[in-house]
Amino acid sequence: MMAPFYKYGLFNDEVSLIIAFVIGIGFGFFLERGGFGSGRLLAAQFYFTDMRVFKVMFTAIVTSMMGIYYLSYLGLVDINLIYYGNTYLMPDMLGGLILGIGFVIGGYCPGTSGVALATGRIDAIFYTMGGFFGIFVFGEIYPLIEGFMNGNNLGLVNLPQFFGINYGLVLFAVILIAIGGFALAEWGEKLMASKRKAEV
Amino acid sequence: MGIKNWFSHHHEDNVRAHELVPKHYWNPYLVGIGLGIVLMLTFVIMGRGLGASGAMSTVVSVVVDEVAPGHAQSNQFYQNYLGDGTQSPFKDWLVFEVLGLLVGGFLSGAIAGRNKLTVEKGPHISTKKRFLFAFIGGSLMGFGAKMARGCTSGQGLTGGSMLSLGGWAFLLMVFVGAYGMAYFVRRQWI
Repeated sequence: MMAPFYKYGLFNDEVSLIIAFVIGIGFGFFLERGGFGSGRLLAAQFYFTDMRVFKVMFTAIVTSMMGIYYLSYLGLVDINLIYYGNTYLMPDMLGGLILGIGFVIGGYCPGTSGVALATGRIDAIFYTMGGFFGIFVFGEIYPLIEGFMNGNNLGLVNLPQFFGINYGLVLFAVILIAIGGFALAEWGEKLMASKRKAEV
Repeated sequence: MGIKNWFSHHHEDNVRAHELVPKHYWNPYLVGIGLGIVLMLTFVIMGRGLGASGAMSTVVSVVVDEVAPGHAQSNQFYQNYLGDGTQSPFKDWLVFEVLGLLVGGFLSGAIAGRNKLTVEKGPHISTKKRFLFAFIGGSLMGFGAKMARGCTSGQGLTGGSMLSLGGWAFLLMVFVGAYGMAYFVRRQWI
């Protein structure tokens, strides 16, 4: 098998757009199944009242991470041909911080706001308009912050390369952290539920 | 007891009249595996991951280019999304993926009976205020996603599962920002 298929030229750009549409359907379907169309549920994870979104997100990361590692181990996928974006440490971190603040204020992130729109959430219309506005503001000030944006480009670097640790070991650590996170999430939910019961 | 019940996640411990999960969502761990498989297939088929905010940037860039062509041409940020002009900027992988996302979300909601014109908010905030918060939050998200060159999908899911350094640094800061800010906007949600 020669994968990633697109990188080996198994189909052209036109076909890739059809694939994008089909993959998008699967993406949107599972997001909605997980409750990502509800701003209240998305926000609930930040108050430990319902950790569903957190559980879905990290189960997805672990599943895909293990799957792609295993396929690469079997020699079915060339992991070096998979593009995931260069690391620009400072912009990545500051951008993440701003996005996180926007997440709990607005109730969505870009993908989930799409699902919320599609399922009739009126607040998602305002969120999406805000999203366009924020991107426009960023575009307008981009010439001023170009230096910051393109500074310390570390290239396409992953955690194993950066810390000089075996890929499998990092993978194992992420699985352990995820399991710890799930346990914490379950515990937090129970704690908040009993707290609410006590208040009534 | 049908298959739907079997897949659902009941929250036996905290089911109450005002419980915020009215319908049976699937078990979050099962959904996570499903989502993870979609992402993995994207890697295998395309050699890239999922995204969302990139499609919004294309829309913004095209609008700016329509209104002020010279202005957009001179800006490298808009230029990246407009391309070299040989084909429509909308003939883009992420644009088609997000169109699919809208369809998939709608289908899932329709099957579960969750598609409803409603406003997502807690009981202690007015609808008008909620709309204002949604706009402000959306603006911060749009700005932050562009600075980080990706959002929860592109940097978080995709970067995270490829063990990207930037992806994990991004995810860490998303949670720092969101949990840090949560207390101050709690009246909106709980």
